[in-house]
Amino acid sequence: MPSKMLTTEEIKEINHAIELVPYKKAACIEALKVVQQNRRWVSDESLKEVAAFMEMSPEELDSVATFYNLIFRRPVGRHVILLCDSISCWVMGYEKIKNSLNEKLGIEFGETTSDDRFTLLPNPCLGTCDCAPALMIDNDLYRNLTIEQLDEILSKYK
Amino acid sequence: MEKPLTKHIRKDQRPLSLKEYEKVGGYESVRKILKGISPKEVQKIVIDSNLRGRGGAGFGTGLKWSFVPLDVLKPKYLIANADEMEPGTFKDRILLECTPHQLIEGMIVAAYAIQADVSFVFLRWAYKTAADTITKAIHEAYEAGYLGKNILQSGYDLEMHLHTGVGRYMCGEETALLNSLEGKRATPRAKPPFPQISGLFGKPTIVNNVETLCCLPHIINNGADWFNELSLTNDSGTKIYGVSGKVKKPGAWELPMGTTLRELIEVHAGGMADGLKFRGALPGGASTDFLVEDHLDVKMDYTHVAAAGSRLGTGTVVILDDKTCPVGFIKNLEHFFAQESCGFCTPCREGIPWVEKILNSIETGEGRLEDLKLLEFHTKYLGPGNTFCAFAPGAMEPLQSGLKYFREDFERHIQEKKCEFKNFKFQVSNSVES
Amino acid sequence: MSTLYIDGKPFEVSSGKNLLETCLSLGFDLPYFCWHPALGSVGACRQCAVKVYKDENDKRGRLIMSCMEPVTNNQLISIDDVEAKEFRDHVIEWLMTNHPHDCAVCDEGGSCHLQDMTVMTGHSYRKFTYKKRTYKNQQLGPFINHEMNRCIQCYRCVRFYKDYAGGKDLDAFASRNKVYFGRHEDGVLESEFSGNLAEVCPTGVFTDKTLKQHYTRKWDLTMAPSICQHCSLGCNIIAGERYGSLRMIANRYHGEVNGYFLCDRGRFGYEYVNAPTRLKIPVFQNGSTEDVNITRLLKQISSLKGSTIIGIGSPRASLESNYVLKKLVGESNFYLGVSETDYRLTNLILEILSKGPARPYSMKDVEESDAVFVLGEDLTNTAPMLALAVRQSVRQQPLKKVESAKISLWNDAAARELIQNEKGPLFLGTIAFTKLEDVATSTCHASPDDLARIGFAVAHLIDPGSSPVNELTELEKSLAQNIANTLLKAERPVVISGSSSGSDAVIKAAANISAALQKKKSNSGIVLVVPECNSLGLGLIGGQSLAKAFDESAKGKVEAAIILENDLYRHATLPAVDKFISSTKNIVVLDHTINATTRKATILIPTGTFAEADGTLVNNEGRAQRFFQVYEPANGIKESWRWLIQLSEGLLEKNFNHWKNQADVIQSLAKEIEIVKGVDTIVPPPHVRINGQRVPRQSHRYSGRTSMLANINVSESKPPEDSDSSMSYTMEGFRGQPPSSMIPFFWSPGWNSVQSVNKYQEEVGASLRGGDPGLRLFNPGQNNSVKYFETIPEKFEAVKGKLLAVPLHHIFGSEELSSKSDAVSKRIPQAYVIINGEDASSLQASEGEEIKFEIDGQSYQLPVKISKEIQKGVVGIPIGFADVPYADLPAWAILKT
Ligand SMILES: Cc1cc2nc3c(=O)[nH]c(=O)nc-3n(C[C@H](O)[C@H](O)[C@H](O)COP(=O)(O)O)c2cc1C
Ligand code: SF4
Ligand code: FES
Repeated sequence: MPSKMLTTEEIKEINHAIELVPYKKAACIEALKVVQQNRRWVSDESLKEVAAFMEMSPEELDSVATFYNLIFRRPVGRHVILLCDSISCWVMGYEKIKNSLNEKLGIEFGETTSDDRFTLLPNPCLGTCDCAPALMIDNDLYRNLTIEQLDEILSKYK
Repeated sequence: MEKPLTKHIRKDQRPLSLKEYEKVGGYESVRKILKGISPKEVQKIVIDSNLRGRGGAGFGTGLKWSFVPLDVLKPKYLIANADEMEPGTFKDRILLECTPHQLIEGMIVAAYAIQADVSFVFLRWAYKTAADTITKAIHEAYEAGYLGKNILQSGYDLEMHLHTGVGRYMCGEETALLNSLEGKRATPRAKPPFPQISGLFGKPTIVNNVETLCCLPHIINNGADWFNELSLTNDSGTKIYGVSGKVKKPGAWELPMGTTLRELIEVHAGGMADGLKFRGALPGGASTDFLVEDHLDVKMDYTHVAAAGSRLGTGTVVILDDKTCPVGFIKNLEHFFAQESCGFCTPCREGIPWVEKILNSIETGEGRLEDLKLLEFHTKYLGPGNTFCAFAPGAMEPLQSGLKYFREDFERHIQEKKCEFKNFKFQVSNSVES
Repeated sequence: MSTLYIDGKPFEVSSGKNLLETCLSLGFDLPYFCWHPALGSVGACRQCAVKVYKDENDKRGRLIMSCMEPVTNNQLISIDDVEAKEFRDHVIEWLMTNHPHDCAVCDEGGSCHLQDMTVMTGHSYRKFTYKKRTYKNQQLGPFINHEMNRCIQCYRCVRFYKDYAGGKDLDAFASRNKVYFGRHEDGVLESEFSGNLAEVCPTGVFTDKTLKQHYTRKWDLTMAPSICQHCSLGCNIIAGERYGSLRMIANRYHGEVNGYFLCDRGRFGYEYVNAPTRLKIPVFQNGSTEDVNITRLLKQISSLKGSTIIGIGSPRASLESNYVLKKLVGESNFYLGVSETDYRLTNLILEILSKGPARPYSMKDVEESDAVFVLGEDLTNTAPMLALAVRQSVRQQPLKKVESAKISLWNDAAARELIQNEKGPLFLGTIAFTKLEDVATSTCHASPDDLARIGFAVAHLIDPGSSPVNELTELEKSLAQNIANTLLKAERPVVISGSSSGSDAVIKAAANISAALQKKKSNSGIVLVVPECNSLGLGLIGGQSLAKAFDESAKGKVEAAIILENDLYRHATLPAVDKFISSTKNIVVLDHTINATTRKATILIPTGTFAEADGTLVNNEGRAQRFFQVYEPANGIKESWRWLIQLSEGLLEKNFNHWKNQADVIQSLAKEIEIVKGVDTIVPPPHVRINGQRVPRQSHRYSGRTSMLANINVSESKPPEDSDSSMSYTMEGFRGQPPSSMIPFFWSPGWNSVQSVNKYQEEVGASLRGGDPGLRLFNPGQNNSVKYFETIPEKFEAVKGKLLAVPLHHIFGSEELSSKSDAVSKRIPQAYVIINGEDASSLQASEGEEIKFEIDGQSYQLPVKISKEIQKGVVGIPIGFADVPYADLPAWAILKT
């Protein structure tokens, strides 16, 4: 099926993933990742485009997409903050970080700032428990967090 | 004291390049086996080494391999489970970020032992640095002829690909991982059939933990006896232990298998943070039973921790101190499990959220004494075999031991209708040691 | 065989099954949800837990899910163990934490598997004190209602819809305790088998929307065993009535025919029975219904005594009605009311099935077949349930791998994981796109003649004794070679064809393949699809062609024609029928639903539909099956055969009024027509009583009998007496399991939902106790002399200025009666024609534009669909559509500009 909307770059990346697996569908998570990387989130339209390209129904693809918490099926801001809410970070005071972020950004978990800059999401254990509490913004990991550092960290993201 | 897994980790954690790695003996094990050790012999060495899986279940690695039919046609798969998402666990991260070639080398050994021709590293999304180091290292290994067709002119072929996940703890469970790699929902599969018979894309497959795989080059190079002797107990090798929570120096260290919990906390982690007392610990991640003061001298290996009523799990210890609420602690864990349940089987999907709700009401002072019975019935009936996979039984471990060791805390919350820990302030101050 | 100890008692059981189905087969009540006999086990719900013990000394045992555990010899298990019971109780408790307490307003209430299992486990006291999870529902089209809050996440819906039926637009979304089952957005469910969701779903998430339009509790239905009338496969159904209207069709399990499922045409096509198009009173030609009573009408007919009366039978009327009509008008005056093509093809098919060496495969046989070649049939649209069976067949070869990996076949997820995308051989040769292509090994689209040529070539490759085909393209040659090799390699190959492409050659080619195969394989089969539910039955009764009737009347020789349940305008062209009708003075029509022919009747006698009639149909494999009257129609409406017996009193010297009931008619028929010998024995005769009792059509839970008509009359009226069967119209009667041919509904103590069917089978998933009902008229291998058809058609050549018009069938729209049902009518596509891109460009027609042409003097003007899946020079025309005039296809369409 021809895909009108996927960019050549996206198609190239998806095709690369398809080469590694015995049948097309098996690369569908890769395809979702590619699209999300370029478009921040996977809209219904994007989902349908990818599904058509992968020779899947929207249902088949969405069934997979909605299973995984890091495929965003709702719009997110320019930067996604993943705050670890698991045990070591909880012990080490994650809640204060959370409250502070809520206050500074004026958003709760699952929400996006009105200027579209940040989306705040809880995330299970970031695997840096010896340096708790921790969070990630986009691809950057911040550890041994204190409330005091938050402003500076946030200021790096426009 | 030998630290084979971490000895080449630099202070600044920059991974060794392939050239540097080769200089310190890297890929020697690959040369050795390809020169004339048969797959069956490699399996035998690993069986003799008593290496047990470091992913949590502790199953004998060589034995696990031996169920893969060697005569079956290709493809066969070897997968490195680098999904590390067990709360409190950060050991594989170190290996992935700092010694990628060691992992690749181990994967080649494992793949060869089962005659796999395709391998994947299933890496969790959050490990961005590791993704970079592994990508680079795989590339280098291909360039140098350790991967690809006709490796080192031996006639053996192996492809290796990195797959990064898109979240969900469940992906760490090996059969759910296979579904995820197939582009499906990461729900677990029934066993039998085991992945060794019908795994990725229905083909024979082995899934091994990163740390497990990293042990392999050393076992091949130095022999099974050497590996057995690294340990203080009958469970062989070294182990990357970790401690997190309110200790002076949280961190991770490679130590002989069987190092005691006390030594981990008091010597390596520098003891409890000032003003705090040890109350209990999860010895190996969120899905292990609490150990308490009586257990401080337990040798941290599979056998001894099991005898103490828990599991070694991932060997990364999470500390509960005396100023942290055990009910809140367990609620945090159960919240995690309720969120991460894949939703496939009833007890897990419906039971854990119920547990979380009960814990929440107890913590907020709305609990009733009957609630403890309800929690107990969950710990009993979400046990192994009753749910589809090991996720829910794991989720019940901290709860069941928590109810045993910290019962008075639960009862106090219910009787006093509040959490007395709520107002305690603790200043975060820790130093990091790598 | 193995010995299994259940709570200390030994049982001899067959090996290889799982413990759950074994326990159920033994009659134990063990609750379950996610397991389904046709879908296998996945172990999701954890409801079926039992204890298993290592040996006699093991007192603790361990809980296992019985659906996931194979039976082993000398296994010790306990169903009654306290912990096992407690666990099962808790599973319900968990499910109930979020299940709404809406049974009182839930369509499923009273026939709900979840209710049954809740009671079975004894769970009653709610300990969960928190809020329930809620969901949004979706609009899924005219057939299925969606109420997601009731979901218990058993995954059966997706497993049926996706894995079993190949649907793509229903799936599981999200994870943890938020899992959602539905479409990705609101919209009509695409699958032709969506209705089964209502039976597969153990709660009220997916329910029958047509039932909802005129809802009644299922226990308040008067029900009878019946046969689906909407295609030739003869699926067994249960039809239910209340207050004089037909409310619901449900599956009636038949181990050989339809198993557990039905197609949507069959399930939702029933509403024509209650529709405004229904005929309820006798009518004279002047249109006035005033004063028209049946006595006057019969008198009018008696006045025709002695004149030439012809009878026109019907492929959608019962054997009985056709037979009585034939007797009434006499052998030489009986005509089969089907098109010339159907007449020819049905006789050809009868000859092949009755004389041919290969066995007519049942649908069950097709499911188990390991290589399938479909020639000329778009099964999804002409015989939908057969398409579902073919879909299962492609799993047969891969399943051998599953077996050799020592994975139990019922271990469904494991089997699918091992098989992955691998599929067994399925070759399709069709005129245009067909829905099975997604699982086919290869598909070829061609004109009927070219399809036939490939078929003949395959036959020749299998047995060089059959005629060779010249001038094949390389592509055709290699395809034929591939098909031949594959069929020869298979253990149970089957060739499927039929009359829907209107081609003798196609059917003959299929017969040649089947004959050639049978020479080499004793186990091969053939399936031939025919147009209607009793096409074969009509053919067996035999008569002359419709064209002959038209000729006779054109000669002015016919004074009256009695037309039985037949809209002639669907079998002959408008001018031809008009001419026939105008040249025949008296047109007596017996039918139940208004159509073009009833509008032309001089005398119109309203008859009962299948729901108000007893009768017998012969399905496409030659299986005679009986359907029972569900309820007595109002206004003195009768079955056609009853009317005809009554007419005989006025018309014949020696009338048939000694035939008092269906049994009398069928006995006479069975005696007279050799090939249907035995059809009078497929159900017990009407005088039979079980323990002195009749089999009740109403369940013992039927409510309000004494008061349901109290607004009209407070005294309870006497229920009608059934002279045609040993069933009663009441709730009184024999409470045990009736003979398999007379099951009006499935019910068993504690099992109020359709899952109770387990209790009616010899063994779970096997035949019904006492054998699956019906009688196969054609027995395999009766005749082993192989005679090949020799005439092979010429290669199809496109003709300038013309297109070969070929018929295309639609599950919704091509069949007469279902199209008159409200829900089905909403699914009928717009009329169109389909042509090849090359033809489109030479016609300068773009997608959606109308083209004009003429067939047999009739003009057509229809919008174009362009497809590369139709051969150049061919135009596909949907048949049976109200706005597409009938033509006997294939025929040449002459293009107009
Ligand atoms: C819920 C769940 C999560 C798991 N997560 C991981 C994981 O993140 N990494 C891992 O190596 N093993 C994980 N495991 C264990 C794997 O299923 C598997 O046993 C392991 O990867 C095998 O490797 P090993 O034999 O080398 O230990 C998990 C198991 C369960 C039940
Ligand atoms: S909708 Fe029905 S069939 Fe589907 S999972 Fe829910 S309860 Fe089961
Ligand atoms: S029926 Fe056995 S687990 Fe669902």
